[in-house]
Amino acid sequence: MSEELATGNLLEVRGLTKIFGSLTACDHIDLTIARGEIHALLGENGAGKSTLVKMLFGSLEPHSGEILWQGQPVRIQNPGVAKKLGIGMVFQHFSLFEALTAAENIALSLDDGSPINQIAAKARALSYSYGLPLDPDSLVGDLSVGERQRIEIIRCLLQLPQLIILDEPTSVLTPQEADKLFETLERLRAEGKSILYISHRLEEVKRICDRATVLRHGKVVGHCNPREETASSLARMMVGSEVKAVVRAPVEGIEKAAPLLEIRSLTRKPATPFSIPLKNIGLTVRAGEVIGIAGVAGNGQGEFFEAVSGEVQQQDAASVRIRGKDAGRLDITGRRLLGAAFVPEERLGHGAAPRMKLSENLLLSRHATDGKAFVGTGGMVKANAVYSAAQRIIEVMDVRKSAPDPEAAALSGGNLQKFIVGRELDRRPAVMVVNQPTWGVDAGAAAHIRQALIELARSGSAVLVISQDLDELFEISDAIAVMHNGELSKPLPIAEATFEKIGLLMGGAEPCHAEHAAEVV
Amino acid sequence: MEITINILLTIATAATPLLVAAIGELVVERSGVLNLGVEGMMIMGAVGGFGVGYLTGSPWLGLVAAIVVGAVFSLLFAVMTLSLATNQVATGLSLTLLGLGLSGMIGTGFVGLPGVRLPDLHIPLLIDLPIVGKLVFGQDPVFYISILLIFAVAWFLFRTRTGLTLRSIGDSHTSAHALGIQVIRYRYLAVIFGGACAGLAGGQLSLVYTPQWVENMSAGRGWIALALVVFASWRPWRVLAGAYIFGAVWIGQLHAQAFGIPVPSQLLSSLPYLATVVVLVLISRNKRLTMMNTPASLGQPFVPDR
Repeated sequence: MSEELATGNLLEVRGLTKIFGSLTACDHIDLTIARGEIHALLGENGAGKSTLVKMLFGSLEPHSGEILWQGQPVRIQNPGVAKKLGIGMVFQHFSLFEALTAAENIALSLDDGSPINQIAAKARALSYSYGLPLDPDSLVGDLSVGERQRIEIIRCLLQLPQLIILDEPTSVLTPQEADKLFETLERLRAEGKSILYISHRLEEVKRICDRATVLRHGKVVGHCNPREETASSLARMMVGSEVKAVVRAPVEGIEKAAPLLEIRSLTRKPATPFSIPLKNIGLTVRAGEVIGIAGVAGNGQGEFFEAVSGEVQQQDAASVRIRGKDAGRLDITGRRLLGAAFVPEERLGHGAAPRMKLSENLLLSRHATDGKAFVGTGGMVKANAVYSAAQRIIEVMDVRKSAPDPEAAALSGGNLQKFIVGRELDRRPAVMVVNQPTWGVDAGAAAHIRQALIELARSGSAVLVISQDLDELFEISDAIAVMHNGELSKPLPIAEATFEKIGLLMGGAEPCHAEHAAEVV
Repeated sequence: MEITINILLTIATAATPLLVAAIGELVVERSGVLNLGVEGMMIMGAVGGFGVGYLTGSPWLGLVAAIVVGAVFSLLFAVMTLSLATNQVATGLSLTLLGLGLSGMIGTGFVGLPGVRLPDLHIPLLIDLPIVGKLVFGQDPVFYISILLIFAVAWFLFRTRTGLTLRSIGDSHTSAHALGIQVIRYRYLAVIFGGACAGLAGGQLSLVYTPQWVENMSAGRGWIALALVVFASWRPWRVLAGAYIFGAVWIGQLHAQAFGIPVPSQLLSSLPYLATVVVLVLISRNKRLTMMNTPASLGQPFVPDR
């Protein structure tokens, strides 16, 4: 760092360290942010990015190290102190109150005590001036994820911060919404504000950031100008080694292959006031192909997965057909027995029982389908067989763990995900449905999981992947459909799909409904 | 006519303790804390109020003592659940058991003693109005306090910034913490307010309703107050309506027994609880309304990560 820059620094962090139990989440981190720059904080999940910014915002207390604000040492004991200094934060997991209106949410983070309707008027004016229109009287629970993020951004801007921290802001946005956000950020930079931008999406970092600090395992491993780097050189810095690219051979004559998973006029009423109804969804997945479902979070993907997996059963038995048999009224085990396998989004609680060992988790999901292998005469569990099967999966998927057969909760998110996906792949299912296969998984392991899904399809299975990560879907899918507001578009073959087309569908621009898809099928 | 007015007067007296305890618990629950110790705090307020009133001869001092005892007793709950993050349901239940036992022990010497009664406050001129005069302007002091409390709490929760903050904590304590709101401090104050209200309700029992000490004299009113909060779907004005409906059922049940109506008294005594069950079923049908008003973090312990 050159001398003249150091004097103009808005924020300087020296040797910041945070320890959770035996884990050093942040290890002597140094970071400087100049005025009027967009500074990227890069790193894999678990690299310590969120921990670092939580210390800057006063949500966590550092173990050691110091923070200098405009050259003066400061102690940020709580978010109130951070706000007074001029640090604003847009959270990754929204910190909004669903039962309150947008204006009330904004009022809560302002300390000036002015009446709600004044705040609402101010918020409305500011939101339109930045091109992020917002209705202050709407109830947050009714809003889409993108709209919720607007509230967070407007709330942050109303505090007139000098430094704005954005924690993975685009992970919930459509490409078009992200573009809008980048315009806003560039305008803020032009106004002399500094932005700390956290992301693991390298293309957008290259596009908008002036400087980058790269974290790995809680340590700073490098600084760079992202514009001079390539996505793969940035990835190398983040991961520490080369990431193997996923290979996907094109498939021929797929339209003649047998349909293994058919979904016909799947309709579901909302289960809670804030959940999405499913509207007449139709989709066919054939042997040998991977179909991806894109969409902004909260557009019905969770409800769709529940209906397909049998977590929630359907009235209409023909609405879900597995290998040609009606499965709509079967439960999860019934659908598994037909040859399907499911990987839900939440690992702990849905995908695995946290306080049970990996081998026990294996038995829980496969005791019915693999009854012969795992359960002996008189219903006695063959513990040895289960254990060795679990070890086989651990080896194939390269699951890193601290004990031979640890509790599920003891594994890191990425490693547990590898085990859960591996557990289902191990069965060689004819139909595989996965929701967010690599959420929170590091790049190396993600590539491994993606490759395994493609290979499963090419060996004659039907694979359906629901994901918010467009890069991932473009990497592995043979066709991509988009879910918007509980409706599913017709799948676009990958050769015709572009980020722009998919992005428009994610925003609900072109109503290309499932009824048409059903006709085509 | 005279009889009707007298019955209505007794309904008001029966409804007041329910109303006061319920409005306190409503504030507690709006902050996301479930205190099942209302019955215990109420009976402690009753014995404290009676004791101080009897020993000093001043019912006013007795009333103040009831409030203080209720607040101090709730502090025990606050320390356990907020600072030590114990299970709120278990802690609340044990607070009730402790209160019932402890009040019985403290009150052994008070049984059968003549108590002091708070004088009615007659508001001049207004009391001479026909019918309403006596009903609304010739009541005991706790009645007026209870009505003021409803106004104050409704205004506080929905018209002030602090009230908004309190509701936000009840909706999501993690979000509130992330914004820098002092979750634990707000909850302490809410719990203590709830305790003071429950103590006041107990004081009303032993200083107004039946000015004497009888073991277990709260007789399940704390539980009814708890049910009332849910019954009212956490809205202050509905607590007022609910308290008077429950008060009427309570009194109606007594009169029915006095007139020898051949209905088992146990059935009549269970009416308020049955009414709660029916109302709960009815309001849960409107899911949107329930979601908007139910404090989403109710009963969950909060431990900020530092």
